[in-house]
Amino acid sequence: MTLVYEDHDDEAASDIPVRRIKFTINGDKKIAEVEPRLLLAHLIRRGLGLTGTHMGCDTTNCGACTVLVDGQAVKSCTMLAVQVDGHEISTVEGMATSSELHPLQEGFKEEHGLQCGFCTPGMMMAAKALLDSNPDPTEEEVRWALSGNLCRCTGYQNIVKSVLWAAEKLRS
Amino acid sequence: MYPSRFRYEAPRSLDEAIGLLHDGGDYAKVLAGGQSLVPLMKLRFASPELIVDINNVPGLSYHRTEADGSLRIGALCRHADLERSDLLKTTQPTMAAAAPVIADPIVRNRGTLVGSLCHADPQGDWASVVLALGGSVVARGPRGARTILLADLVTGPFQNILDPDEIAVEAVIPAARGVRSGGYLKLERRVGDFATVGVAVAVETSGENVTRAGIALTGVGGSTIGATAAADALVGRPLTPDSIGQAAELAAEAARPRTDHRGSAEYKRHMVRTFVLRLLSRGDLAAERAA
Repeated sequence: MTLVYEDHDDEAASDIPVRRIKFTINGDKKIAEVEPRLLLAHLIRRGLGLTGTHMGCDTTNCGACTVLVDGQAVKSCTMLAVQVDGHEISTVEGMATSSELHPLQEGFKEEHGLQCGFCTPGMMMAAKALLDSNPDPTEEEVRWALSGNLCRCTGYQNIVKSVLWAAEKLRS
Repeated sequence: MYPSRFRYEAPRSLDEAIGLLHDGGDYAKVLAGGQSLVPLMKLRFASPELIVDINNVPGLSYHRTEADGSLRIGALCRHADLERSDLLKTTQPTMAAAAPVIADPIVRNRGTLVGSLCHADPQGDWASVVLALGGSVVARGPRGARTILLADLVTGPFQNILDPDEIAVEAVIPAARGVRSGGYLKLERRVGDFATVGVAVAVETSGENVTRAGIALTGVGGSTIGATAAADALVGRPLTPDSIGQAAELAAEAARPRTDHRGSAEYKRHMVRTFVLRLLSRGDLAAERAA
């Protein structure tokens, strides 16, 4: 993977410390050379072109950039890319197969869990982390698990329904 | 937003980490959970020249009770670990109450208690909890280890007394001298917001009498406030409506709130009083006293 840096006259690109990292994303093994200050969200979006992970607030509030690192939900704008060396990342692109939507994606479709769609990838990843560890959550547990993700359209009602729909489908 | 450039090291042992800090520039920072540090770096409020990421150092994720009865929380123990902890639920009511209201669930997966203490944000919830419990932090550096009371660790907003080459390796909550009770109440506008008002209460009772008490306040002053006069009013006698009311008044007096977008100073002071009353008057406290 090639990363292009700004050419500052006084600062040759060779002086920029770059580290080589190995990681897995949605099952694919990758090697990348990253500047330590590169954020995980930028590695995913710009480096790997996986733009399903959204950048919302960029200040650790909104959760739109939520991805899973080793199965745990993290805000990818608040983690350095260099920190995923040796780890496994999952993004929203890894959810559907070529022929089938993930039950969470289906649930958001069935229960109208999105309007503008900006928060949706983060909501789905946070919900996936929940359902992976708790396949039969109560409504309260769903609300609790999604409380780090902001949605400005739906009022959350249908998002919660979508996750409960998916939980039921996954159990059956 | 990008942080400014820094050198990054990810040592695999504490000694190596301390060595890196010791040899590093004037401005090195330890990275644990990063949930406060990375945002500060992105906003360029902090521009460290060296980041020593301790996430690859093994053996720091623990929280456990030692033979002496103290609770030890390692530098990589995440908020989420504490939120799920049965040990806390059964032995540390104040901590168990605070763990689920730290930041939001996703931040809790990464952030650490020890990091939060060192970050010394006057709005930090854990600082009040640990202060109320009389806790401390163990720091390790090239000259060995030292234990620092939380009250001494924090020297000002976002400032602590750690030397540049010291790492806070664990937090220590001393053993209870009686039956522990208490809690943490946090008023927040929404999940993940800083506390409008937070109150930590930690009480130990032996027989009828309170043997130790700690009350600390979040978000109602330029620093975490230890309401010592309020806590002292509880010690040496049973919890009664009288002593509880007195503690609530003294805690409200100790608060130094400012009017801002989260509420008026008067409102915040009122909530301090209300939270102390609620925490000390709760049924579970009464039940534990009866037991």
